[in-house]
Amino acid sequence: MSATPILKSSGPILRIEGLEKSYTPGKPVLRGINLEIGAQGITAIIGPSGTGKSTLLRCINRLVEPTAGAILMGEEDLAKLRGAALRQARRRIGMVFQEYNLVERLTVMENVLTGRLGYVPLWRAWLRKYPQDDIDRAFALLDAVGLPEQATRRADALSGGQRQRVGIARALMQSPALLLADEPTSSLDPKTAVEVMELMARLTGEAGVPVIVNIHNVDLAKRFAIRIIGMTGGAVVFDGPPEALESHHLREIYGGEDWL
Amino acid sequence: MTRNPFPANWPLRIGGLIGLTYIIYASAQLGITGERLLHGFGEAQRFLARMFPPNFERWGLLVEGMLESLQIAVLSTAIGIVLSLPLGLMAARNLSPVWLAAPTRGFIAVCRSLHYVIVAIIFVKALGFGALAGVAALTVASIGFIAKLFAEAIEEISMKQVEAVRASGASPAGVLIYGVVPQVASRFIGFCIYLLDSNLRNSTLVGIVGAGGIGGTLFAAFKRFDYDFVCAILIAIIALIFLAEVISGRIRAALR
Amino acid sequence: MSATLPLHREWVRHSFGERLLRYFLWLAAIASLVWAVRSIEIIPEFLADAPEQMADLLIRMWPPDLGHYYPSVHAAMIETLHIASLGTVLGVALAIPIALLAARNICRNVLLNAVAQFLLVSSRSVNSLVWALIFVAVFGPGPAAGTFAIAFRSIGFVGKLLAEAIEEAAPGPVEALEASGAPWGHRMLKGIWPQVQPAFWGIALFRWDINVRESAVLGLVGAGGIGVVLDDAINFFQWERVATILLAILAVVVVAEILVTRIRAKLI
Repeated sequence: MSATPILKSSGPILRIEGLEKSYTPGKPVLRGINLEIGAQGITAIIGPSGTGKSTLLRCINRLVEPTAGAILMGEEDLAKLRGAALRQARRRIGMVFQEYNLVERLTVMENVLTGRLGYVPLWRAWLRKYPQDDIDRAFALLDAVGLPEQATRRADALSGGQRQRVGIARALMQSPALLLADEPTSSLDPKTAVEVMELMARLTGEAGVPVIVNIHNVDLAKRFAIRIIGMTGGAVVFDGPPEALESHHLREIYGGEDWL
Repeated sequence: MTRNPFPANWPLRIGGLIGLTYIIYASAQLGITGERLLHGFGEAQRFLARMFPPNFERWGLLVEGMLESLQIAVLSTAIGIVLSLPLGLMAARNLSPVWLAAPTRGFIAVCRSLHYVIVAIIFVKALGFGALAGVAALTVASIGFIAKLFAEAIEEISMKQVEAVRASGASPAGVLIYGVVPQVASRFIGFCIYLLDSNLRNSTLVGIVGAGGIGGTLFAAFKRFDYDFVCAILIAIIALIFLAEVISGRIRAALR
Repeated sequence: MSATLPLHREWVRHSFGERLLRYFLWLAAIASLVWAVRSIEIIPEFLADAPEQMADLLIRMWPPDLGHYYPSVHAAMIETLHIASLGTVLGVALAIPIALLAARNICRNVLLNAVAQFLLVSSRSVNSLVWALIFVAVFGPGPAAGTFAIAFRSIGFVGKLLAEAIEEAAPGPVEALEASGAPWGHRMLKGIWPQVQPAFWGIALFRWDINVRESAVLGLVGAGGIGVVLDDAINFFQWERVATILLAILAVVVVAEILVTRIRAKLI
């Protein structure tokens, strides 16, 4: 793995304006987030647990309903979409989860093909009669994530690292314009975590898909991201390239200094 | 000074006394007396003597009744499952909004609370004697039985898997097929076999109130004091139930 | 990246054998359904008429004649509860010795185990309504027959669960008592009973709940309780009264269930 992909100059893929979220009124988790996410490369969000990183990511694909603010993807405000339009938007946003969230009792192949559910008609999904193009692509993705022989195994028979690889394949199967990754390495051992990050960086780099990743591990963030956003208490407190992130920033983000 | 290692347990003694008093009081209320019991044991002897040997001469009637019970069981199970699938989904609090889940749960609870024989007797009055009333009654009972199990199984699924499917842009039906069904399918099949087993038992009884099946034959035999035929019918019913239980037990064990 | 791979790869959800099995099972299910539909004796006119008849019946039931509840329905309801409670007590009392005989860690005699198991299975295989028919033949119509029907149906249920609970009891305390020379009764009371006690009360309560439901129908075959009143009201087409009785049964069944759930939650 060479250094991070080079950022081409192009407009932002996502513009977040004044995003707020409170699960209980009066206790905001996100306090007016303003961000622009570039059209390429990995953006890592770091910050202590419970600071709203996960909520921010889930607001983008509306697994969580934002309380106020706008999330602009192109001309479209994702925060205002409903029904079929929301599903159309979601299928262009892939997501990788901390605990993989594979459908345990389905085969690996079915899990990867889940990424096409936003595209294929329902009867095809039900009867598992996917277009041959989709199946070819699913196989190619399974090869790419290093699981060429596992297509017919059930997801619950895989190890954690293998599951997350399937999770990445599923997200890329959506042909996403943007990939969200919510703590993709937190359930993995350190070695597997690096492998999974490398895989994700390589495949999204090849496909030219920008990534927003929540991550606990600051070293991993520095190693793979072209930009780091530090959050604390529901607000952005650092935003810059990894080289600019210094220990006084980390103190501000995480509080205290004994751990440094 | 000696200490008693086992102090008297007064709550237990008082509870026992209250229980005993209740038994005596209730027995008196229901007219259960020693004399009556003694008389009853004499009758029981005569009854048993007339039951044996069982009389299988009218086997044609017996087979006809058993087959009708089987048909009632199969039909009510099928209709019950078809109706319970949406009801179970509607009643699951993790996937349905409260305004839908609460009344559905209430409806299922009513289906559960009314004994199927009571439901059968009402359907007999509304729809006339025969198997139709039996099918209708057992369908209601099936809903009470299996829609609740469906709802509980759906409530136990992992929402993370559902969330992942939803995040891919799948429609609600797609989320159902890929996120929910795989998690509950094998349990649902187990419930359905259990339901068929249970309906088979119950279908041998609804005939007592005229809702078709072997129960009608049994009741008629009782009323005519044909106790040897009663014995034959009881043996047939028990054999059928036993067989069904063994088969369904095998299938459910294989599914696990 | 995929240059060296074959152009199209097949993917099917199930292997050939699995598909064959699935088709076979579906075929069997549909065949039995078709058989049932085609051979069941349902009069088409009745079926076509059914929704109208049901609606008509429900309209006749409304409004329920609540004034009718006291005293006749109330008395019958109390009788039903007595049948259920007394039947449960009697059933549990009869089930305890049989459960002890059926539990393989208490009774080491295989023949006695088998006899006890047979008694439990027979009790469970005969429905309480059939037990009621039998006891009406023995005792004559009335609540005594109902009580015994409930008791005899309960034996199998309580006995089976109780025997399982006893078999799960840890052998250690019993062995300790045996080593200290305690007699059999003592070993049961101080070794087994404390371990089985929570399960015992749970099983008894659970069965009482079921018995409340079941005792409501026994009257339909003359075995006393609210079923008698219900049967009369239906036979005389007094539908407002039928509605009252049904509501009363519903209320009692729901209250009994809530009560039992609460108590069990405290016990466990």
